[in-house]
Amino acid sequence: MSTTKLWGYLARYENPAELYHACEKVRDEGYQRWDACTPFPVHGLERAMGMKPTILPWIVLVCGVTGSVGMLGFLIYAMNELSPYIVGGKPIFSLPAYVPIWYEMTVLSSCLAAFLGNWILNGLPRPHHPAFASKAFERVTDDKFFIMIEAKDKNFDTKYTRLLLESTGASLIEELED
Amino acid sequence: MATAMETALPNDPKIRGDIVLPDLPVGREELIRGNHSFHEITEIVCRVNEAPILATPKPFIFGIMLAGSVFAMFGGYIGYLYWEGPGIWGNNNPVGWAWDIVNFVFWVGIGHAGTLISAILYLFRQKWRTSINRYAEAMTIFAVLAASACVALHTGRIWMDYYLFPLPNQMGLWPNFRSPLEWDVFAVNTYLLVSLLFWFTGLVPDFATLRDRTTVTWRRLFYGSLAMGWRGSHRHWVTYEKAYQILAAFSAPLVLSVHTIVSFDFAVSQLPGWHTTIFPPYFVAGAIFSGFAMVQTLMLPARAWLGLKDIVTVKHIENMNKIILLTGSLVGYAYAMEFFVAAYSGNDYEGFTFLNRMGGPYWWAYWIMVSCNVITPQLFWFRKIRTSVAASFILSIFVNIGMWFERFVITVTSLHRDALVSSWEYFVPVTEVLFLLGTFGLFFFCFLLFVRFFPVIAMSEVKGVLPQANPHWEGYHKGEGHGHGTAEGAGGH
Repeated sequence: MSTTKLWGYLARYENPAELYHACEKVRDEGYQRWDACTPFPVHGLERAMGMKPTILPWIVLVCGVTGSVGMLGFLIYAMNELSPYIVGGKPIFSLPAYVPIWYEMTVLSSCLAAFLGNWILNGLPRPHHPAFASKAFERVTDDKFFIMIEAKDKNFDTKYTRLLLESTGASLIEELED
Repeated sequence: MATAMETALPNDPKIRGDIVLPDLPVGREELIRGNHSFHEITEIVCRVNEAPILATPKPFIFGIMLAGSVFAMFGGYIGYLYWEGPGIWGNNNPVGWAWDIVNFVFWVGIGHAGTLISAILYLFRQKWRTSINRYAEAMTIFAVLAASACVALHTGRIWMDYYLFPLPNQMGLWPNFRSPLEWDVFAVNTYLLVSLLFWFTGLVPDFATLRDRTTVTWRRLFYGSLAMGWRGSHRHWVTYEKAYQILAAFSAPLVLSVHTIVSFDFAVSQLPGWHTTIFPPYFVAGAIFSGFAMVQTLMLPARAWLGLKDIVTVKHIENMNKIILLTGSLVGYAYAMEFFVAAYSGNDYEGFTFLNRMGGPYWWAYWIMVSCNVITPQLFWFRKIRTSVAASFILSIFVNIGMWFERFVITVTSLHRDALVSSWEYFVPVTEVLFLLGTFGLFFFCFLLFVRFFPVIAMSEVKGVLPQANPHWEGYHKGEGHGHGTAEGAGGH
């Protein structure tokens, strides 16, 4: 089982412009299982890659509303049922006095959702990735730009995909092993 | 696009960042000086973190040992406080809140600049923030930690602090969620947690940079686990940036709400001098004011010592000074308005409190506050002063002092004259100086560790504001047909 298997191709580009045009080509060839890796977010690349918008805002909305409603419910329940007592002359049910905590917990639940949602949607933490075996890929967090095309993609062809990447002006093409 | 002026900047990175450029007729000057390539940015920032432990500069070791021993002293002081109780403070009968709360409000206020820079300036697309946000966010977290220490230690019976948490006690009673002090617990904890999430999210790509560059095993393990396998995938960046945006959008109202709730600790009470509706905006302006001053205090030496002048240029300093000037003027307006409202209300107690602040036994504190917060920052109207590194540093120290005294004036002078003359008392601190010093030890110890081991500049964000980060940058079209024009080569104009 341990025989090495081709995972995909890794192509290196020297600047965002080259990467951008290469992404447009790969997108137009109809690849699905591929990715572009960059040291910083290259804005507009999602269009060149033909990506769909992320669903993260909806996750945050659901969690935020749940946290908000849940906290308000809890405040009402705790102050009216669990331990109703009067301090400082505030009525037991005094909505204005619930607002600060209610508000803070809305913020907190939304932020937790955004934070966790981000990593979960991105499949991180992920200790290993085939690209980490490549020495050249170490520059991805510094100043180099990469495209990876997975062998699992239905359009993938060992010869043709390589030719495609060469035609986009990649400065280096490597095979990644699974 | 660099003007002739910018290309004429000297080549020496030690002075280049300090040169003031005249305003351009159209557009703005480059945020980062020296036409750096992406790789050079990485090198400039990582150099600090990548020095071997044993090669840490001696002054730095001295600094961290000094801060560490003050922090250790703070530990001892906490033990002493735990054993003896708050009787070791000068708090007396009308003055039940003194340095404990003064220090708390001081520190939590400082934190607000970090969130303003990272969240509000982000939402307003102020790209210059990328050079200073990491720093300021770290400052926020350590300042809020110091603030939490103050507030956790002021309760008297420290071992009962869990009463603050939303848990029922042994009699089944829940904490009073309608109390401003309980609001404060939620506000400060939310603030600390959200700031941490925000900070960590921003750090992940930069941890990955350090992971990929290192050859030392412990560093690879350390930064590797913090980077969580980040590989700069654009599919990740899209979600990541959206998460960052959402965190910013939620932190922005947090900047306003946290200090508002802190001000409620005072304003919801019925004490003359505290019971005013101006408190929330006034506290928020003061918080941002003090926080920007602290960013300046920390950043101005650091940019020189760590060689970051090309990234944090005099333009950044000037921008921050403008915010200090604005918020300082807002604070000055609030001081004046407090007096006006006290006079206009016709309330004797209110009027007495404010006249007493100005001319009573604590007149000196009041005038330190006014001169440091209202008068000296007005010097920033002059461009010469606004763009002078030395003047900015000195004035930032003044603001730090003034803002500490502001909280002292609000807390102590309002309390020391109770409604009955028989309960008037003068507050004199006893061991509190060690308390304040200790929180500084905590703050600087954490901060120096951060500077040593974490990237102090958000590299991935700074790279994103370089002109060549834009795939449609005109420099790339010039090189069309020449094969691979590298980013290094594309730096020229």
